[in-house]
Amino acid sequence: MNIVKNRFIYIGISAVIILLGIASMVFNAVQGKGAFNYDIQFTGGTSIQVDLGKAVTDDEISALVKDTMGEAPAQLQALEGTKKLIKTKSLDMETRNAVQKAIMDKYGVEEGSFTIQDVSGTISGEMKRNAILSVVVACICMLIYVSIRFKDFNTGASAVLALCHDALVVLGSYALFRIPLNNNFIAAILTVLGYSINATIVIFDRVRENRKSLGRNNFEPLINLSVKQTLTRSLFTSLTTFFTVASLYVFGVDSIKQFALPISVGVICGTYSSIFIAGNIWYMLSSAALNKKQNRSSKKK
Amino acid sequence: MKGKNVFILLLVLVITLGLVAVAAVGVGNVPSTTSSSDVQYELVTDENGELVTDESGQPQLKIAETTEPQSVEGETAAEGETATEGTTEARIGYGGYRNIKQGLDLKGGVYIVYEAEKDSVPTAQEMSAAISMLQQRVDYKGYFDAEVSQEGDKRIRVEIPGVEDAAAVVEEIGEAAHLTFRAMNDDGTPGDILVDGTNVSDADKAVQNDAIVVTLSFDTVGAAAFSDATTNNIGKQIGIYMDDMLISAPTVNSAITNGQAVITGSFTTEEAEDLAAKIRAGSLPFSLKALEYNAVGARLGADSLSTSVKAGAIGIVLVLLFMLLRYRLPGLLADIALVGYTSLNIVILSLTGISLTLPGVAGFILGIGMAVDANVIIFERIKEEINGGKSVKTAITNGFSKALSAILDGNITTLIACAVLLWLGTGPIKGFAQTLILSIIVSMFTALIVTRILLYAVANIGVKSPKLYGGK
Repeated sequence: MNIVKNRFIYIGISAVIILLGIASMVFNAVQGKGAFNYDIQFTGGTSIQVDLGKAVTDDEISALVKDTMGEAPAQLQALEGTKKLIKTKSLDMETRNAVQKAIMDKYGVEEGSFTIQDVSGTISGEMKRNAILSVVVACICMLIYVSIRFKDFNTGASAVLALCHDALVVLGSYALFRIPLNNNFIAAILTVLGYSINATIVIFDRVRENRKSLGRNNFEPLINLSVKQTLTRSLFTSLTTFFTVASLYVFGVDSIKQFALPISVGVICGTYSSIFIAGNIWYMLSSAALNKKQNRSSKKK
Repeated sequence: MKGKNVFILLLVLVITLGLVAVAAVGVGNVPSTTSSSDVQYELVTDENGELVTDESGQPQLKIAETTEPQSVEGETAAEGETATEGTTEARIGYGGYRNIKQGLDLKGGVYIVYEAEKDSVPTAQEMSAAISMLQQRVDYKGYFDAEVSQEGDKRIRVEIPGVEDAAAVVEEIGEAAHLTFRAMNDDGTPGDILVDGTNVSDADKAVQNDAIVVTLSFDTVGAAAFSDATTNNIGKQIGIYMDDMLISAPTVNSAITNGQAVITGSFTTEEAEDLAAKIRAGSLPFSLKALEYNAVGARLGADSLSTSVKAGAIGIVLVLLFMLLRYRLPGLLADIALVGYTSLNIVILSLTGISLTLPGVAGFILGIGMAVDANVIIFERIKEEINGGKSVKTAITNGFSKALSAILDGNITTLIACAVLLWLGTGPIKGFAQTLILSIIVSMFTALIVTRILLYAVANIGVKSPKLYGGK
């Protein structure tokens, strides 16, 4: 298996997947649904989730909400079983209670069957900022740590570029599968980054070790051998992690599903990027740096 | 040699089983439920103070200690009973999974994030006054499990677990408290308002004649009113009320005309600080705006927990089976370590009081998948060494030492991601980060230390066929 030789194929596959994600963002945006399925934590608003205990049509609920607050809900969604999710603009306490009471009276459900959330614009603005900030800060910290530990900036840079790849793929999956973008998003994406860099480091750890026997600048065999040596580990760890995440997805409630799905995507793409992308980026960066150095020294002569 | 290793092996097994037992049952759990209202009953009644003048040369006023009016006690206790009924489960033991503190999204409840409406950043003292006021209010409503905490510079998070009639309660909590000094009727009920709380300019704890006291100062209007009040009520009690709740009832021993008063009594530092904060809260310099509101029905929370636990159990079984089938003997040992890891994680979670949130459960389960990673790295190394012709014992030693750098660097970078999450996340996400950090640290311990002890013990006992360790 020659990872380095086929590098453009692997990078091409990644590019196609990332472009697919971007395409679905654009497609959604053009259709007027928004690039992502933003949850109220990102847009501000009120969400009311209720288990009605019996089948009720969306239209009926919509009409009931409209009667109560004078406006149909911005979004109405049937969840698993007899659960409904109603999203509106941010409601004040009075209106919120009125809507809840109307539903309770009409369908005879209790308070315990409701999950109500209201997020103001201030919080949602911060949420967007925090999401971007957390990814950037995590990447910078990892870049510094890896560069120092491996005494090689290229190692840090390729590990972090592979992470950016993972972040883009996971972001794309949010657009493609219309996963609600809420505060779990930050947790999901950082978990994926933490998981993926772990796998990448195991490979670079081998490169660090193999440099002693194969020679410092013998880039192509270094990557091929190191990836080969760690391949079983990469696959098995992904598999065990995937077992647990997948069972969360299969058996979990909605909010856990929304969390487990992007992490499942992240586990797969993190494994892929560690095996096929990170090493190749390192190969290209290191080769380019070496060529530059050699050119400079030959010019001097 | 052999005997010693058998002993080590058995010891690790016994400790693991012990951990499993503790995690499953807990220590000191009693299978009954208690109402926490009795405890809080005290909190309301043990406040007593004396009013004396502050100025040197002025006669020190002697304070007659009073008991709280009966009606206030009764009311509060009754409130407490209704509010906590059926929602407070016994959590008196330690270490068991039932002793883990559950987040609001699992046990149901309400949280609200308030922000101080003020142009400048509020001072720490202003914030503590506001927090004290909110705590006071939820306590008064009978929600004794409620937690009020500061978030960032100007936000306060109020969490009330197990609340069903959330809307009614929440409405009142955020309103500004109204502090009043009132005359007290003979039967202990509040009488006319003498001084309004907005006229209190400051309240603080201080040390006077070796005793801890609470100092009070009034603005001009307040000083005049207080002067009248004390003049007319010498020998009587003046009640200090937060809304309708009596927080202190000192007896006036002489007229105080300069707007500077001191409440003495047998305060501890905390009690004095608490009373001062409550009085300050009556003159809160900002109002509170609700930024975020979240109510989870108790039934939905319970559903989330049970399905997640089921998912976790299935995930663990799959991982255990996989390790056993793939790695045979080391796999079995890793499984023992993994069971130990899961139990230890549960015990630590319940002892540290980290709130387990829904994302936290996911973090815990995800942690199991990642915990075996270190073992996989080590076992693959050992296999390589054995296939390279090393003896089993040398292979184990080399396997661990060569795998160490990868395991450490990999886990530290993951911890970096968690630290960022802990720093920028709020509420449930913080819980997720805490759980994942705990999982990573515990998993490194079990993989690097417990598995190693087990492997060496088994190898020393004489199980040396390379095949059992994955060799060809």
